[in-house]
Amino acid sequence: MANLEEFRHQARDWLEENCPASMRRPIESDKDQCWGGRNWVFENDDQRLWLERMAERGWTTPQWPTEYGGGGLSREEAKILQQEMARIVARRPLESFGIDMLGPALFKFASEEQKRRFIPEIIRGKIRWCQGYSEPNAGSDLASLQTRAEDKGDHYLVNGSKVWTSHADKADWIFCLVRTDVDVAKHQGISFLLFDMASPGVSTHPIKLISGNSPFCETVFENVEVPKDNLVGELNKGWEIAKYLLTHERAMIGGFGLLRAGSKSLGQTALETCGDKDGQLADSGLRADIAAFEIDEMGFALTVERVIDEAKAGQGTGAASSLLKLYGTELNKIRNELLMSVGGSNALAWDDGEKTTLAQHWLRSKGNSIEGGTSEIQLNIIAKRILGLPG
Amino acid sequence: MALVYNEEQQMLRDSAKSFIQESSPVSLFRELRDNGKEWSPELWSGMAEMGWTGITIPEEYGGLQFGFVGAGLVFEECGRTLAASPLLSSSMVCASLIADLGNDEQKQTLLSAIASGESIAALAVGENDRFDPSSVALTAVAEADGYVLDGKKSHVLDGGIANTLIVAATSSAGPSLFAVDRDADGLQIAATLNADNRNTATATFESVRVGADALLGEEGAAGPAVQKALDIGAALSAAELLGISQEAFERTLDYLKDRKQFGVPVGSFQALQHRAAQLFCELELCKSVVLKALQAIDEDAADRSLLASLAKAKMARTAKLAVNEAVQMHGGIGMTDEFDIGFFMKRAGAACQEYGDYYYHSDRFAELRGY
Repeated sequence: MANLEEFRHQARDWLEENCPASMRRPIESDKDQCWGGRNWVFENDDQRLWLERMAERGWTTPQWPTEYGGGGLSREEAKILQQEMARIVARRPLESFGIDMLGPALFKFASEEQKRRFIPEIIRGKIRWCQGYSEPNAGSDLASLQTRAEDKGDHYLVNGSKVWTSHADKADWIFCLVRTDVDVAKHQGISFLLFDMASPGVSTHPIKLISGNSPFCETVFENVEVPKDNLVGELNKGWEIAKYLLTHERAMIGGFGLLRAGSKSLGQTALETCGDKDGQLADSGLRADIAAFEIDEMGFALTVERVIDEAKAGQGTGAASSLLKLYGTELNKIRNELLMSVGGSNALAWDDGEKTTLAQHWLRSKGNSIEGGTSEIQLNIIAKRILGLPG
Repeated sequence: MALVYNEEQQMLRDSAKSFIQESSPVSLFRELRDNGKEWSPELWSGMAEMGWTGITIPEEYGGLQFGFVGAGLVFEECGRTLAASPLLSSSMVCASLIADLGNDEQKQTLLSAIASGESIAALAVGENDRFDPSSVALTAVAEADGYVLDGKKSHVLDGGIANTLIVAATSSAGPSLFAVDRDADGLQIAATLNADNRNTATATFESVRVGADALLGEEGAAGPAVQKALDIGAALSAAELLGISQEAFERTLDYLKDRKQFGVPVGSFQALQHRAAQLFCELELCKSVVLKALQAIDEDAADRSLLASLAKAKMARTAKLAVNEAVQMHGGIGMTDEFDIGFFMKRAGAACQEYGDYYYHSDRFAELRGY
């Protein structure tokens, strides 16, 4: 206990000294996010300093092992660090698919040589990663993917295309699911390959959404040569890695259900926007719908908490990720619908530039229940794997 | 406080489950119903022996002082077998009022008897068909050495079997509570049999005279204690509904796996799978809000009322879904009296209303959230 208190003091002091003032503000728009990578242009010196200082300490990845450059913190220490950062509203120094998705998979499946090669650069934000999973003909049925990696002796030759690759046009490297055996059942011929997006034959095309601009891209591979050393895990055993990674992605997306720390509640927003009549929202129907939403929102937040507490106490069932992803994303859609109702005509405004309007958030939220495994797929998973229903 | 049950609480749950499944399975409920009985005094004695009748009552009055999270587990298990008893009315709600407002003598007399199960108390507060504890027209007029009570209380839970009524009245000073014996002169108690085979009663007070010692606490000062007791009622009602809903859901899952039509288990049809999965998610949220509300009562948290309303509102809505899906998914057999699943729907229907239904609590939730 005494050690934790000491750690808190040290963390607090260090943050006070090293977190630039302009980094002590919540991330309000995509512009505020730092993705790092070879081509990253820092918004200002503060953003660069903040990343460098945190990375040097390994605090971009607080709980990763120090031998690769991670922070080496225990779960309790990491929680304290999170609290101390929240206390001064210090923003996350690095947004990274390498941290959130690839890293955990590398720790579990990669060779020692690959870990030493890739993990330090993830921690320091030197390499920006994108995810090559879905294809135009392989969405919910991801295992039917067709991007081909042919064995050419000293390298693999990759041909095919991926869709919904976030930030592919800005990424340095890609972790990609490829088919390395066409003569076996679909799940058994998939491999997990890493390669440089600057390789000859790789091209990206941005995808515009109903909500306007998006980071999504279509990525095409034409005779891309990939060194064999870049295969993670065993040949044709990539599906296992893919599934492992998907659970992490699901947890990430499920977080949309939570009210962002410091955000105003829907009820408060409604009160401020629509005014009140005798201390209550004048529109009783809207009030009732907002209450129903907030009840579910609070129930969801408590469930996120309970799942974590149960896991810590060794009581968890491990069945949570589908539930949290499903419920959180559906909640977010309802939240956005109610915000549209609350905002009235104002909420319909559109912006083609940097700003994302309420209407654009509303439209974008429709994708939450589709990406990361559709709500219908999550229901299938819950029904079959948790409830044990047949078929 | 972490949202988990500690070892002691888990042991309590296990022993509660054991006891109630042995002493009051659903077949006992059916037997009582078939014989025109609404409760079993034998079961009540058994509950007293388990210490349940004093589970949250302070040790100095013969209680276990185990806390409301533990009590919630007892109610969950009772919900699973539809065990009928005045446990909520007497040992939880009324006991809380007496503990908060009673003087030493009143606590000694009333609380100990409640803790042992010897005495059954029922709260008489509502006067309308829909739960509205703020609308109290029953008056208490002070006179020489006591008070005169006039008015009518409706839907007194367990009013038909209680020997003491804790009555909410409006005196010249404001909301006041009185402990009244069922045999008091001028008091007429008329019980109604309800769809869930339990009784609620109308209590009519025609110039009922009570002594000064019948007043609990100060005249006009009953507000906060009543609020707390009703929060306890709502939270534990939610706990019972959680047990009812989970049991109904589990029986339905079993049926989906067993029942075959068109050569396959009906549980293999995707539409039913999705509905079952959706209900699973809602029940998981219910587990969280019920536990949180009970912890808030144990901790005397500042947001106790908000959390009680959160729990009851969420649970009431989900319970309706659970029992409706249970009957629907059982098909024709679910509609028969011979099959048990209908009992769950009937009890849930009543329990949803006790201590406030979804509409009451979602409205209160919004109010407490400031809009």
